[in-house]
Amino acid sequence: MASAPTLLDRRLLFFTGKGGVGKSTMAAATAVLAAQQGRRVLLVEVDAKGDVTRLFEQAPVGFTPREIQPGILAMSMDTEASLQEYLKLNLKVPVLGRLGPLAKVLDFVATAAPGVKEILTVGKIAWEVREAIEGRADHDMVIVDAAATGHIVAQLGAPDAIQELVDVGPVRAQTQWMSELLSDPEICAVNIVTTPEEMPVAETIELVGRIRTELHTPLGAVIVNRVLPELFTTADEATFEALREEQATEILASRAGPGTTAVLDGARLAVSLRRTRAVHLAHLLDSVDLPLLYVPYLFVRSHGLRVTRMVADALGQELGL
Amino acid sequence: MSPRDRDRAENPASIEQLLAAKEIIVFCGSGGVGKTSVAAAAALGAATRLGGKVLVLTIDPARRLASALGLEGLGNAANRVPDDALKRAGLEPRGELWAAMLDTKQSWDDLVLRHAKDEETAYRILENRLYHNLTARFVQSHDYIAMERLFELHSSGEYDLIVIDTPPTRNAIDFLEAPARMAEFFGSRLLRWLTLPYRVGGRRGTRVLNVASKPFYQIADRILGSKFLQDIAEFFMSFQTMYEGFVDRARSVERLLHDRRTTFAVVTTLEAAPLHEAEQFCVELRNRKFHLGALVMNKTLPDYLLDPAGDAAAGAFCDDAGALADALASLDEPALADRSRTARVLRTVGESFRNFAVVAKREAELRAELDRGPEVTVRIPNFEVDIGDVSGLAAIANYLYS
Repeated sequence: MASAPTLLDRRLLFFTGKGGVGKSTMAAATAVLAAQQGRRVLLVEVDAKGDVTRLFEQAPVGFTPREIQPGILAMSMDTEASLQEYLKLNLKVPVLGRLGPLAKVLDFVATAAPGVKEILTVGKIAWEVREAIEGRADHDMVIVDAAATGHIVAQLGAPDAIQELVDVGPVRAQTQWMSELLSDPEICAVNIVTTPEEMPVAETIELVGRIRTELHTPLGAVIVNRVLPELFTTADEATFEALREEQATEILASRAGPGTTAVLDGARLAVSLRRTRAVHLAHLLDSVDLPLLYVPYLFVRSHGLRVTRMVADALGQELGL
Repeated sequence: MSPRDRDRAENPASIEQLLAAKEIIVFCGSGGVGKTSVAAAAALGAATRLGGKVLVLTIDPARRLASALGLEGLGNAANRVPDDALKRAGLEPRGELWAAMLDTKQSWDDLVLRHAKDEETAYRILENRLYHNLTARFVQSHDYIAMERLFELHSSGEYDLIVIDTPPTRNAIDFLEAPARMAEFFGSRLLRWLTLPYRVGGRRGTRVLNVASKPFYQIADRILGSKFLQDIAEFFMSFQTMYEGFVDRARSVERLLHDRRTTFAVVTTLEAAPLHEAEQFCVELRNRKFHLGALVMNKTLPDYLLDPAGDAAAGAFCDDAGALADALASLDEPALADRSRTARVLRTVGESFRNFAVVAKREAELRAELDRGPEVTVRIPNFEVDIGDVSGLAAIANYLYS
C-alpha cells in the first residue's frame, strides 16, 4: 500500500479498465479528491461520450477546457482539433487554409497510418502535462479518463511506435520527449479500474502484464469498484442459516409479516453475489502485485454529482486522506 | 399470410418468433453488459428450440465460456458443440449448435489472399509493416473484420441462423459504419491523390520533382518524414490492386446488415452509463434503417425486492430486532441462542434488503421507460454465480425465450 498515497502527487494519471467498470467515475472522483487537496486538475475525456461531464451534472465540454467545478477543468479529446493545435504551435504552418477539409485528410492519414489518432491524443495530453510542469498552464495536474483495456496499450505506446516507423523529422523529435514523460514514475501512472467479476479481473491481469512488457509507462494502483459488503462473520452466517430454517422463518413471519421470505432471500442473494465475487478478488490479489484500492458498491437511486462525491470519499479513505 | 400473421412477423412477441424469421442476429451493447454470454445463450436456445444448424460467432469470450463451447485454441475454425454437452445440461438438442471465435489477424490474411491478384502481391501486402500495424492494432479493423467474417459465414450457406457478438468498440455504432467506411476509404480519390507522386515516380526511392509544389506533401514530409510516406504509399499501391474485389465485398457486407433476414438485439444492464449508450444505440439503428429486433435487459435484480410486504418486514427486522431475537431464542437452536448476535444478524439482513431494494426500484423505473419500443424486450436476472458452462447458458436461454 506504500505507493498509494503518492497517487495524487503525480502530474499525470490515466484511468483505464474494461468497459463498464466505472473508469470515468474513478477519474472524476480522483479529480474531486485532487481539487480538495488544492490542486487544479485538467480532466480529459478521451472517448468523448460525455460520461465525465454527466458525472458532474454539467453540459458536455469540447476541446477547450471549461471549469466544471472549482479546481476541475474538463475537456473532451478531439484529434482533429489536436492536429490543428499541433500544426499551429509546432510547425507554424502558413498553409492551413489551403489544406482543404482537414477532417478528411486526417481521417485518411489516421486510417492509413495507425497510431496517428493515438499520437494526437497522447501528444495533447503530454503537452498539457509539460505546460503544467513549466507553470504555463491553468492547471497543475492532468487526469485522463482513458481508453479501455483493449486500446490503452496502443494509445500509450504510440510515441514509441511512431519512433519505430518515422526515422527523422520533427515528429520523431516530438515523440522523444513524450516517451520520456510517459515513462517517468515521478510524473505519470496508469491506474486500472476493475470490478470483482470474471472478465474485468482477467483483463486487468492481462493488461498489467502487457503494460510491463510492451510499455515503459509506470503502473499506479488497481481500483476495485463495486465491492459488495461482507454481511456476516462465519459465526453470524451460521445464525443467518438458522433463520432460514422453517420454524425460525415461521416465527419471524408471524411478527414481521409475509415479506419475511423476501427479506431472507434478499440477504441470501447478497451473500452469494459477494461470494462469487470473492473468488475473482482472490484471483486478482494472487496475480497482481500493485496496491489495491477498494470502492464499495453504492446502493443509490441515481448517478450524478452526489454519487461522484460519495465515490471520492470512499477513494479518499482508501488513500488515507 | 393473413394480416394478423403479418403483424406477428413484423412485431414478434418473443425472441423465438423473431428468430424464426431471421438468419442473422447481431448482439450489441457497451462493454461489461454480458453480450457474449447472452449471444451464446441465444444460440443455444435456438439450437434446442428452433432446430436447424445454429452458429454463434463470438469475439472475446471468457476462458471458461470458450472452453464450455470447445473453442480453446481453435483460431477461426468453427466447432460443433457436442450433443452430449447439451444433454449433460439436461437439454434435448433439436438442431446443431456450432461456435466460432474471431481471429482478427487470420481473417485479414484470408481476405488478402482471396482478393490479391497473385501470390506475390498477397505476400507483399502481408509482409508490409503498415499492414501488420493496421490489422493488429487498429481498432476499427476489428469492427470491419467481424462483419466481414459474418458475411463469409452467411454466404457459405451452411447455417440456418448465425448469432454474432460484436467487438468492444469505443462507440457501439462504429462497427455498423465499418463496411461503408472501408469501401469509401479504398475507393477514395484522396487515396489516389496521396499515392500519386509515388506511383508516377515508380518504386521506392525515386521521387517526382513537382511534389515539392504541393502543400500537402510539404507538410506531410515535414511532419512524418518522407520514408514513412513512402511506406504508406507502397502499402496502398499494393492494396489498390485488390480494390474492386475489396470494395464489392464491403458493399455486400453492408447490404447483408440491412437485409430483412438480419436483426439486431441491444443488450444493456440497468445502470446509468450502459443504459445511456443502449438508448443511443437504438436510435442510431433506427436512423440507419437497421432492424432492431430485441432489447435485452441483463443482470437485473429480482422482483421480490420490490415487494411492499418485504419492505415492511425489513423494517421490522431492523426496528424490532431485539424482540424478534427473544422470540427466536425459544427455539432449541444453538445458532439462535445468543440473542444479541441474532439481533445483529436480523438488522444486517433488514438493512441489506433495503439497500438492494433501492437499486431494484431504480431498475424498475428505467425498465418501464425502456419497455415502450416496438421490439421484443427481455429481462434476465442477475445470476448468483458466474455463467461459464452450458447449464448456465441454458439458464439464460430460459429467460431469453420465455
